[in-house]
This record gives sequence, C-alpha cells and structure tokens, in this order.
Amino acid sequence: MKKIETIIRPEKLEVIKEALNRIQVRGMTIVPVMGCGNQLGWTESVRGSDTLLTVLPKILLILIITDEKIDETIAAIINEAQTGEVGDGKIFISEITECIRIRTGERGEGAV
Amino acid sequence: MIGCGGFLFGGKRMNSADIVWILVSSALVLVMTPGLAFFYGGMVKRKNVINTMMACVFIMGMASIMWVLFGYSLSFSGDIAGLIGNFNWFGLNGVGGTPGPWLPTVPNLAFAIFQMMFAIITPALITGSVVERMRFSSLAIFTTVWSVVVYYPLAHMVWGGGLLAQLGAIDFAGGNVVHISSGVSALVVALVIGKRKHHGKITYHPHNIPFVFLGAALLWFGWFGFNAGSAGAANELAVHAFMTTNTSCAAALLSWMLIEKIHNGKPTLVGASTGLVIGLVAITPGAGFVPIWASIIIGALVSPICYFFITVVKPKLGYDDSLDAFGCHGIGGIWGSIATGIFALTSINGVAKWNGLAFGETALFWRQLVAVGITIIISVAGTFIALAVAKLFTRSLRVPLSSEDIGLDIAEHGENAYPSYLGLD
Repeated sequence: MKKIETIIRPEKLEVIKEALNRIQVRGMTIVPVMGCGNQLGWTESVRGSDTLLTVLPKILLILIITDEKIDETIAAIINEAQTGEVGDGKIFISEITECIRIRTGERGEGAV
Repeated sequence: MIGCGGFLFGGKRMNSADIVWILVSSALVLVMTPGLAFFYGGMVKRKNVINTMMACVFIMGMASIMWVLFGYSLSFSGDIAGLIGNFNWFGLNGVGGTPGPWLPTVPNLAFAIFQMMFAIITPALITGSVVERMRFSSLAIFTTVWSVVVYYPLAHMVWGGGLLAQLGAIDFAGGNVVHISSGVSALVVALVIGKRKHHGKITYHPHNIPFVFLGAALLWFGWFGFNAGSAGAANELAVHAFMTTNTSCAAALLSWMLIEKIHNGKPTLVGASTGLVIGLVAITPGAGFVPIWASIIIGALVSPICYFFITVVKPKLGYDDSLDAFGCHGIGGIWGSIATGIFALTSINGVAKWNGLAFGETALFWRQLVAVGITIIISVAGTFIALAVAKLFTRSLRVPLSSEDIGLDIAEHGENAYPSYLGLD
C-alpha cells in the first residue's frame, strides 16, 4: 500500500475528487494548507500600498492506495490538476506498513 | 420658530418634534462608535481585533461618565478667557427639562445628551493610528486626559461661545472639534509611539473586509444624526444637512473607486469604505452651510487629496499611522473646514456671517484657516500633555515586543476573538 500526498490548487479539488471517484477511489483526507514554492505569489493593494503575498493557500490531499491502483490514481490527479503554470503542485509517494478499518478491525489491503 | 408640537415649559417654548429629532440623532451618533470599532477592527490583524474594538468600547463608558460629571459643564457652561467653561453644571446640576440656553426649543439635558455622543466618538477616532502596539492601560489614560485638555476646550471654543465662535469661524457638526483634533492628535501619538514592530517588512492587511464595510455603513447611517442633528431642531436646515451629508459621502465613495481603478486597475471594498467615510468627514463642518451642489465637489475632491496623503506622503515620510486616522480624519477634516470657507452661504444658515470664497468674499475663508491652525496647535499641545500623563502612570506606552508577536487580544485581554478558527470552541 502507498500513501499519496499531493499539494494541489484549491480550485482543482472538486474536479480531482470527481476523477478519483470515476476510478473507484473514494476515500481521501483533505487538508487546507498554506505554502510556498516556485510560484511567486500575488500582489495585494490596500489603500494604495502594494504588498506581495508569497505564502499561498493550497490543498493537501492524502490518499491511501493499493499498489495496483497507483499508476491509475496518479494519472487521474495529474490530468485534472495540471494547468501548465508554475504552482500546479507536487505528488509525494511513500510506503504504508499497515492499514486498519476501525469499525470492523480488518487489516491489510482489504481495509483500504 | 415654534411649529406644531410646541408646548410651554416653565414659561419657555419647547417643541416635541425637535426633542424627538435630537434624541434620535443622539442614538444615531452613538452607534457610530461601535461602527468605528468594526471599521477599525476589520482592518487589523486577526490577533488584534479585540484590542482594537476594546479601545472604542472603553471610551464609550469613560467619556459618558466624564461628560455627566464635568465634561458638559466645562464645554458648555460659562466662559473663562474664551478657552474653557466652568464647573457650574458639575454632575449635570441645573441641567434638566428647561429649554436652552443652547437650543431654544429643546431641554438643556437633551442637548447635553446629543453633545455627549460627540465627546465619545472623538477620542475613539485617535485610536486608529496606534493599533497593534499601544498598551491598553496607556491608551485608556491617554484618551481620558485628552478629552479634558483637548476636546472640552475645543468644544467650548467652537460651540460653547468661546474663542473660535467669537472669531466668526464656522463648524457645523465638528470638522474642527472632532476630525481635525483627533486626526492631528493621532499623528502625534503615532510618531511618539513609533511604528509597529515589523512595519515595512511583513504585510499588515485587513483580516475581515466585510467588517470594514459594516463599520463604514454604521458610520454612514449614524452620520445623519451627527450632521443633520447638529441643526438642533427638526427644521429645514436639518433636511438640508441630511442631503449634503449623503451627497458628499456618495461623491467621495465613487471618487475613491475611480482613483483605484485608474491607479491599480481594480476598485476595492476597503477603498470604497474609506472613500465614503472621508466624504462624511469632509462635509461635517459645512453640512449646514454649503449648497448641495457644493457637497458633490467637496466629496469628489476629498478622495484624491486623502489618497495622495496616504499613498505618497505617508510612505515617503515613513510614519506608521496604521489606519490612517490622520490621513482620513485629519486631512479630510482640514479640507472640509477650508471647503466650508469656500462654499458657505449665509442664506443657508445665518450663523455664517459671510459667504465663502467661491462667492467673492474672503472674510470667512481666512477665519477658517485661522481656526484650523488654532485647532492643530491645541491638539498637538494637548496630545503631548495627555501622553505624558499616560507615561507617568504606565511606564511604557507600548506593549513588549513579544506581546506584539502573539497579539494584543491574548496579551492585553486574555481573549481569543475567533476560537473556532483553531477548533478551540
């Protein structure tokens, strides 16, 4: 099993969720975050004085995926999240050693 | 002028309609101070919103009590050297249902009530320049002393028959007494206290822009009492002042939006809210003196003037008048007083002894300039005195730098404005 953590633009959340639903990935954790990277931010003007805001709002999407669905999931995410502009985000993949369903006590891939 | 609803009280004529209008206006002016609390509160960082609003709330309490005890008396009873009144009406002794001496058809107590609301909002306006860093106890002492050494003398000089009234300068609802005094004092305090810790390095921007507009809307609503109520009666002058007030406000709002569109490409809600407030400030001294067409000009011009001060002069000189108390109320009030000297007509209000500059007369105009100058001098001097007293009792006027970082809501009040934001409710 793998954990996918992906930083995406907030406005992409709905379309990505729908795309993941279509490939039967229904469980996810959504975390609003702030972050910075290569995207330079945007200028806000308050009473005539400009300030550059470089820490931007993003969404952190956390998914636990069985090994055989990984490629499909990543393709779905990239397909919807990509705009071609700096700031599209990143995907990080790590190994998960165990997954447990609290309701039934099930363990392993069946619990994902 | 009696009109219907008149009745005799102790041999003097009173008018029910006038009493109603004065009381309603009083309530309208009162709501301006909580409105100001929202206007300012929305513009500070989330972690300082309670502290910013508390300044207004405290003053609502303190200024009310002081007014009852000796404020009304010092402002409006008797005269000492044209500068201040006396203590004859201490504790509102002798101030009751009898009409006059200031408004002929309304009880003295009603006039005291109306004026009290002005004594409340004026010190509250100053607080905008020192948000996010001034110690609350210092601010409390400062505004208390300032009321006595600046506000009561100015109210006396302009409305209580003192020096500036004798000079022949005019100020319908408080351009000098309220806006120039608080605006200039705000600048002095901001310079003495110093800048916010990270000023110029991090962004200080509004945390709740809907609050800013909510505050501006309450100010707009209340200002009808501020200006139209200053006619002192339910009469044609009150109606006239109501319209000049709204017109100047609207012109300034549009003017600011236009400036932003040209300068930045996009009009903002903070900008529109700021514009409308300064439009109201600018018409305050002239609401019952200038023709309605002039209020369009006054409002349209106050926005570029204040915008220039806030965006060019302030950054160039580098002072941290955080919420532009000077840039808006000070400069707006000065422009308003000068504009009154340009556009006033004796035919609108006989209290004006001469017409304005636009009608070919100079007698009023230079008197307005003198009045502005005297107001500035008194404000600056009184502010230094009030700050000295505050410093004496509280040692440091600023909070420690660590408090600035965690926020004054926690540091000074132990209160978290939006606990649900952190899942803590």
